[in-house]
Amino acid sequence: MSGETVAFYVLAVITLGAGVIVVTSPNIVHSAVALIPAFLGVTGLYILLNAEFVAVIQVLIYAGAITVLILFVIMLTEGGTGLRVHQRNEQGVVGAAVAGAMAALLYAVVTRTAWGTGTGTLPAYTPGAIGQSFLGPNLLVFEGTSIVLLVSLIGAIIIARKED
Amino acid sequence: MVTLTHYLVLSALLFVLGLFAVVTRRNGVAILMGIELMLNAANVNLVAFNKFTAPAAVQGQIFALIVITLAACEAAVGLALVLAAYRSLETIYVDEINLMKW
Repeated sequence: MSGETVAFYVLAVITLGAGVIVVTSPNIVHSAVALIPAFLGVTGLYILLNAEFVAVIQVLIYAGAITVLILFVIMLTEGGTGLRVHQRNEQGVVGAAVAGAMAALLYAVVTRTAWGTGTGTLPAYTPGAIGQSFLGPNLLVFEGTSIVLLVSLIGAIIIARKED
Repeated sequence: MVTLTHYLVLSALLFVLGLFAVVTRRNGVAILMGIELMLNAANVNLVAFNKFTAPAAVQGQIFALIVITLAACEAAVGLALVLAAYRSLETIYVDEINLMKW
C-alpha cells in the first residue's frame, strides 16, 4: 500500500469515528467537541486532494469558528453541563433504517457509475488560480456570496439580541 | 491507489451520519451539527470531482469555498434561531417546540 492509501484510510477512520461520536454521544458537549476531529479529518482529505487553500479555510471556519459558535450556544442554553436524559427521540430505529437505506443507495450509485476521467492537471499553485477565478469568471458569485454573508450576519444579530 | 470512488463512498458515509443526526436528535444544536456534517460530505465530493474529473479548472474548489461560506451563514442564523427559541420557550428540544405563536 502506498503512503497515499494509508493516509486516506487513517483520515477516513478519524473522520467517521468522530462523526459517529457526534451523532451518538448522549452528552451534547462531547458531540460538539468531537466535531473538531471530524472537521480536521476532512481537512486532511482536502490536502490529499491537492486543495490546500480549501483545507486552510476549512480549519479556520469549521474547526475554529463554527465549533466555537456551537459550544457558545450550548453553554448559553443548557447551563454548561449539557446533560439531559433524552438527547434522542423515539425514532432511532426508523432513523437508522432510513440512514442505512440511503447509504446502500448512495453506495450502489457511486460504485456502478462510470465516472469520467478528466484530462489536464491541477494548477501548480491552486490558491493563485482560485484568486484569479474569483476576480475573473466568478466575480458575480463572489459578490453575491458576500451580500448573503452580510445579510445573514445582520439577521443573526437581530434574531439573537434581547428584546427591550 | 486512492480513486474517486473511495472519496465518494467516504462522503456518502459521512452524509448518512449527518442524516441520522438530523432525524434522531432532539436538541436543535445537535441537528445543526448533523447539517454541518452533511455539508462537509458535499464539500468532499466537490473537491474530489475537481481533482479526478476536471483537474484543469479549479471550479470544484471554488464551489466548495462558497458552500463553506454559506455553511457559516447557516450556522450563525440557525444558532441565533435556537437562542431566540430558548429565550421565548425555554427549551431547545425541537419536539417540545410545538407552538406556532406565543
